[in-house]
Amino acid sequence: MSDLKKTGAAVGEPVASDSPAPSAFLEVRDLKVHFPTDDGLVKSVDGLSFQLEKGQTLGIVGESGSGKSVTSLGIMGLHTAGQYGKRKAQISGEIWLDGKELLSSDPDEVRRLRGRDMAMIFQDPLSALHPYYTIGKQIVEAYRVHHDVDKKTARKRAIEMLDRVGIPQPDKRVDAYPHEFSGGMRQRAMIAMSLVNNPELLIADEPTTALDVTVQAQILDLIRDLQKEFGSAVIVITHDLGVVAELADNILVMYGGRCVERGSAEKVFYEPQHPYTWGLLGSMPRIDKEQTERLIPVKGSPPSLINVPSGCAFNPRCPYADVPKDNVTREVRPELAETDSGHWSACHLSREQRERIWTEEIAPKL
Amino acid sequence: MLAYLIRRLGAVFVMVLVVLLTTFVIFYMLPKWAGQDLAVLFAGKNSGAEQLEGIREKLGLSDPLFVQFWDFVRGIPFGRTFANGDDVTNCPAPCLGYSFRTEAPVWDTLKDALPVTGAMAGGAAVLWLVGGVTSGVISALKRGTVWDRSAMVAALSGVSMPIFFTGMIMMGIFVHSLGWIHIDDTLTSQDSLGTWVESLILPWIVLAFLHAAMYARLTRATMLEVLGEDYIRTARAKGVTEPVVIRRHALRSTMTPILTVFGLDLGVLMGGAILTEVTFNLPGLGNEAVKAIDGKDLPMILGVTLCAALAIAIANLVVDLMYAVIDPRVRLG
Repeated sequence: MSDLKKTGAAVGEPVASDSPAPSAFLEVRDLKVHFPTDDGLVKSVDGLSFQLEKGQTLGIVGESGSGKSVTSLGIMGLHTAGQYGKRKAQISGEIWLDGKELLSSDPDEVRRLRGRDMAMIFQDPLSALHPYYTIGKQIVEAYRVHHDVDKKTARKRAIEMLDRVGIPQPDKRVDAYPHEFSGGMRQRAMIAMSLVNNPELLIADEPTTALDVTVQAQILDLIRDLQKEFGSAVIVITHDLGVVAELADNILVMYGGRCVERGSAEKVFYEPQHPYTWGLLGSMPRIDKEQTERLIPVKGSPPSLINVPSGCAFNPRCPYADVPKDNVTREVRPELAETDSGHWSACHLSREQRERIWTEEIAPKL
Repeated sequence: MLAYLIRRLGAVFVMVLVVLLTTFVIFYMLPKWAGQDLAVLFAGKNSGAEQLEGIREKLGLSDPLFVQFWDFVRGIPFGRTFANGDDVTNCPAPCLGYSFRTEAPVWDTLKDALPVTGAMAGGAAVLWLVGGVTSGVISALKRGTVWDRSAMVAALSGVSMPIFFTGMIMMGIFVHSLGWIHIDDTLTSQDSLGTWVESLILPWIVLAFLHAAMYARLTRATMLEVLGEDYIRTARAKGVTEPVVIRRHALRSTMTPILTVFGLDLGVLMGGAILTEVTFNLPGLGNEAVKAIDGKDLPMILGVTLCAALAIAIANLVVDLMYAVIDPRVRLG
C-alpha cells in the first residue's frame, strides 16, 4: 500500500439539510434513490452524504447492489432524464455542484451541466459507445452540444483529445468505429469523450472492470494524469480496492445503500473501523505480502434492498454481531459517528472493541 | 464492396435459376406424369390429333426435359422462335412463352401487371413504414399510458383483420354506398396519375393498416430495448437533448430489425398481393396469378413465379446493402 497518497484530507461530515449552499465543490446531502417495483420499494441509496473538493479523488467502494452506480447516475441526473413510462425513480436529498442544487433545478439546466461541468466514464466502453457512429463523430457530438463551433473545429478538438489520451495516429483513428478499437483503446476514447469539455467533475463508474488486467493500470495512470492536468474532482466507483488504492484521496465504503465507513484512504486502509471494510480488505489479494492463507470472503450475500430490516444492514453477515455491546439495541440502525478527525463509521461496536478486534484479530492476518 | 455486390448478384442469379427449374419441372412435368397432355391443355379438349401433333412439335413438348428447360431459359435473354414447318412464331426477348389461355405473350401481360402491383406495394409500404414506425416510437416513449394501450389495441386489431374483410368494408363504404371512389380495373400506363391514385388509395390504406400494425409493435419492442442500451445513457450523459437522443441514437438502431422485415414484406407484395388485388379487382400480378392457376395456364404461372422470386431476391439484396449503410459492423472490405 506504499502508493497511497498521503493527503489525508477529511471527508466532510453531513450537514443539516436546510442549510444554505455549501463551500465544498460537490456536496451530496442525505441522498435517497428509491425505485418502485412490483415487489416493493427498492431503496438502492438510502441517505448518503459526502463532500468532494476540486483536485480530489473520492473512491466509492462496495459490492454489487450496494448503490454505488445508482449514486453516480443520481448525481448526473440520469435517473430522471429520458425515463419514460409511469414508474420513475424517487429521488430526494440535495446535490450541490459548485454552489448549485441539482435536484431542484430545471431538468434542462441539469442537462446543460451534463457533459460540460460533470462527465462520466462507464464500465464497458464497447456497449457505452454507439456502434453505428465513428469515435470522432461521437466526440464531436459531445463537444458541439456545449460549444457553438463548426464541425471542423470540433473534429480538430476530437483529434487533439484522442492524442491526449494516448491513441496513436489520432487523425486516422478518429474515423474508426468502436468495434475497430481494442478494449483499452475504447476506454481511452471514452475518456477523451468525457473530458472534451474540461468537466470539473468526472465520475468513473468501474472504469477498468471490463478491461484486460494489463490495460487496467494504464487506464488508471491516464485518469490520474488527466486529473492532475485538469484539476477536476473525480469520483471513482469500484468494487476493486486496488483501484481506489491507486487513485483515491478519500474512500467511502457503501453497504446496502448507505455509507458504513468513510475517511482518508490512509485511515480506511490502515485503521479501518467497520467489520465490512475488514471483510473487504481480507478478501483482497495482496502482492506485497507473502500469502500463506486463503483469501477470506465476506460470508453471505448482499442484503435485499426491499423491506430492509431494522438495525444494522450488515448484521446478518457480521462476524462480530454477537459480541456483547453496551447500551445498544439491535433494532436500532447504527449512525455514522466520527472516530478520528474526518474518519467516520457506522457500527454498534464500541471504539475500544473495534480497536482491539482490528489490532488483535484482523490486522495480523492481512 | 463491389466484389460483395457481384457475389450477391451471382447468388440472386443462381437462386432465380433454381426457382425456375423447380417451377418448370413441377408445372410442365406434373401434368404429363399425371397423364395429362400439355398440348390438350394448350389447344383445348376438342382438338384433332393432327392439330395436337402440330402443337407438340411447335412448342417442343416432345423434347427431353432438359432441352425444354434450356430452350425456355435461353428465350428469356435472347428470344425464341417456335416453329412447326412453315408455321413460325417469333417470340422476342424477354420470351416467357405464350399464355395457354389468351395466347398472348406472357411478358406482355406481366409488363402491364407489374406497374400496378409495384405502385400498390410501394405506396402502401411508404404509408405503413411511416405510420407504423411513428406510432411505435410514440408508444415506446409513452409506455403504459392510454396512448400506448390504444395504439397497441389498434395494432392488434389491424393484425387480426384479414384484407378481404377490411377491403370489403372499405369497398362497401367508399365505392358502393358513397360512390366517392371508382376503381379502374384496367389500369394502364396511359391512365392519368389521378386515376391511379383513386384506384389504389383503398388498397394502400388496407395494406398499410395490416402492416403498420405489425411495424408499430415491432418498433415499440425494439425501441424499448434500444432505450435500455448503455450507449443511450452515454448520449444523455453527454448532455444531448432528448429528441436528439431518440432520433439520432435510438431510432437508428431500431431501424435494423425493421428493415429486415420491411424488405421481405415488400418483396412478397411485389410478387403479387393476391388477396388485395382480387378484393379490389386490380389488374396486378396477383390477379394474373389467380387467373393463370384457374385456367391451368402453365407459361403464365411460370412467369408470375419468376417475377415473385426476382422481387424477393432483389428486396433481400437491397436490405443487405442497406444494412451495410446503417450498421458499420456489417460492412465488408
